[in-house]
Amino acid sequence: MSNSIIEVSNLSVEYTRNGKKIRAVAGVDIQLAPGEILGLVGESGCGKSTLGKTIVGILKGAEGEVLFNGKSVEKIGRGRRDPHFLNLQMIFQDPYGSLNPRRKIGEQIADGPMIAGVSKSDALKKAQSLLERVGLPANAVDRFPHQFSGGQRQRIAIARALAISPTAIIADEPISALDTSSQAAVANLLVNLVEEFNMGMIFISHDLSIVRRISDRVAVMYLGKIVETGKTEDIWNSPSHPYTKALIAAIPHADGQSFVPLDLPGDVPNPAFPPSGCRFHPRCPVAQSQCSSVEPLKVSLKDGREVSCVLQEAGTMPKAITF
Amino acid sequence: MSLLKVKDLTVTLMTGSGPADAVRRLSFELNHGEILGIAGESGSGKTMTALSILGLLPYKGKTSGSILFDGQEIVGFKAEQFRKIRGKDVAMIFQDPMTSLHPMLTVETQLTEHLRHHRKVSKDAARAKALELLDTVKIPDPASALTAHPSQFSGGMRQRIAIAMALACDPKLLIADEPTTALDVTVQAGILQLLKDLRKRDNLSVIVITHDLGVLSSLADRLLIMYAGAEVESGITSQILTSPKHPYTQGLIEALPDSGGSGKNLIAIEGMPPELGKFPSGCAFHTRCRFAQERCKQDWPTQVHFGSQGRIYCTVNPSAHEKTGQS
Repeated sequence: MSNSIIEVSNLSVEYTRNGKKIRAVAGVDIQLAPGEILGLVGESGCGKSTLGKTIVGILKGAEGEVLFNGKSVEKIGRGRRDPHFLNLQMIFQDPYGSLNPRRKIGEQIADGPMIAGVSKSDALKKAQSLLERVGLPANAVDRFPHQFSGGQRQRIAIARALAISPTAIIADEPISALDTSSQAAVANLLVNLVEEFNMGMIFISHDLSIVRRISDRVAVMYLGKIVETGKTEDIWNSPSHPYTKALIAAIPHADGQSFVPLDLPGDVPNPAFPPSGCRFHPRCPVAQSQCSSVEPLKVSLKDGREVSCVLQEAGTMPKAITF
Repeated sequence: MSLLKVKDLTVTLMTGSGPADAVRRLSFELNHGEILGIAGESGSGKTMTALSILGLLPYKGKTSGSILFDGQEIVGFKAEQFRKIRGKDVAMIFQDPMTSLHPMLTVETQLTEHLRHHRKVSKDAARAKALELLDTVKIPDPASALTAHPSQFSGGMRQRIAIAMALACDPKLLIADEPTTALDVTVQAGILQLLKDLRKRDNLSVIVITHDLGVLSSLADRLLIMYAGAEVESGITSQILTSPKHPYTQGLIEALPDSGGSGKNLIAIEGMPPELGKFPSGCAFHTRCRFAQERCKQDWPTQVHFGSQGRIYCTVNPSAHEKTGQS
């Protein structure tokens, strides 16, 4: 795709723990287009946050490449970064941890524009208008993070990410730490901002119902690999990977039916010792003998989806799976 | 007869700026073998309600009103009286099993502690019971699990161990505070099923506290929705979730990603929940309520009953909500 803002190809990221290399992200390809929300889902420990951090350059990739508007993203270091990457921003889960408690809100938001060469007074004016845009009073510039609630702090973090008119935002669980009534409001804010500024957003979340609602496309990650990507509707209507099926079936619904959702047996394996072949095979109810040895290839389905499963390669995926 | 009967419970905490009521005039009942879900946002008083039953209130918390547990009045209990029922008749599990389990002690030590304390059983008898408990909560290979430490288990397995620990003395009441919030959706269902099985097998009464209405839909027979320390609505789960009567409950359900709104936009409740000590007067929800009238600012909301078990606290005629509530 030539019109992608973010293009991740064959990206791997490694950590070293107790002298052993752990591949948290193992050969991932994803693209993000302007104005698009890509939902990135998977269980905890699947590498979705690591992937997000590597895309913005907080972590260094071991292999592969991340292109942001055609330029390769380097790890953020001590030196000044190429201003090209100012337009690539990240929002974190915990707005308590990501804001400096001892600096005024306005100064924290003005940092970005000032680095981009805007004068301090103009940057503070910009901070005021951004705070209003995210639904906070303009006088919040002179206040400190502790004077705000969780939902308001996340709005401040969003205003800070917007301060230098980003073209792409990586949002790592941006609403998970918020109360039910602020979740909907902050989700709406993000959706509207993406439309207004024609940004691209990677929305990392374990909450599948919100991802379903706001994402245009979804990438499902399992133990460092993307197992399925495609249009949100297609994935929800007919998940084509057994893991995607299990994830969707596990969501409880507040419909008043006392129905207990599906329990996927087993746990995510230790990424230091990933299973051979298809990484999902020890938990997969339809695993074949070759799944433990052969790594599945990416198959393109008619609707444009990509899925990594030998049953899709062979065209023998059963319609219904019991877990 | 009900196992738990709470009447006009008020919990007052000592905060930095003086005493503040975290729970206000709360009344509810729990029958034997019943699962009650308490839902509300953070600061709505749901956890404080639970802690008052266990005698574990922080900030020099004081209770008034009445909590009848198994025929016994708990309000006014001294610390040693609470110690006699806590862990034995009433047990609690928390959101994060890593902090409720001791990281340095083996599973066996933690599972047998209550038994040795409350029942004075021998070490061997306690060990046998511990094995049985691990089997009940479906921990694979209970014998080797006994000698392991909590860090050797995944989050879902740790929560199962915490449940086993809570069950050690065959409690009559289990309080589960956000039992699956820290878990992945794929392991959450297993814990929900386990709680349902326990209720069926032991006729256990359970109070589940969570903000997740999906979890409560799977688990709870009845719901109690709280806002700013007080009840706004209670009733049978399926009825509340399919036809909520209080404007706040309606707002919570509409805000869910798989219900209201159009396109990518969700229906949000304007404003945010009030902080402890700053609860608005009258009906605390009046500041965010689309039906609020002048009298809502002063008067404690009126109790209105629906059917056999439904109840809301709302001064404005609820039939008005239904006519204009759906947009």
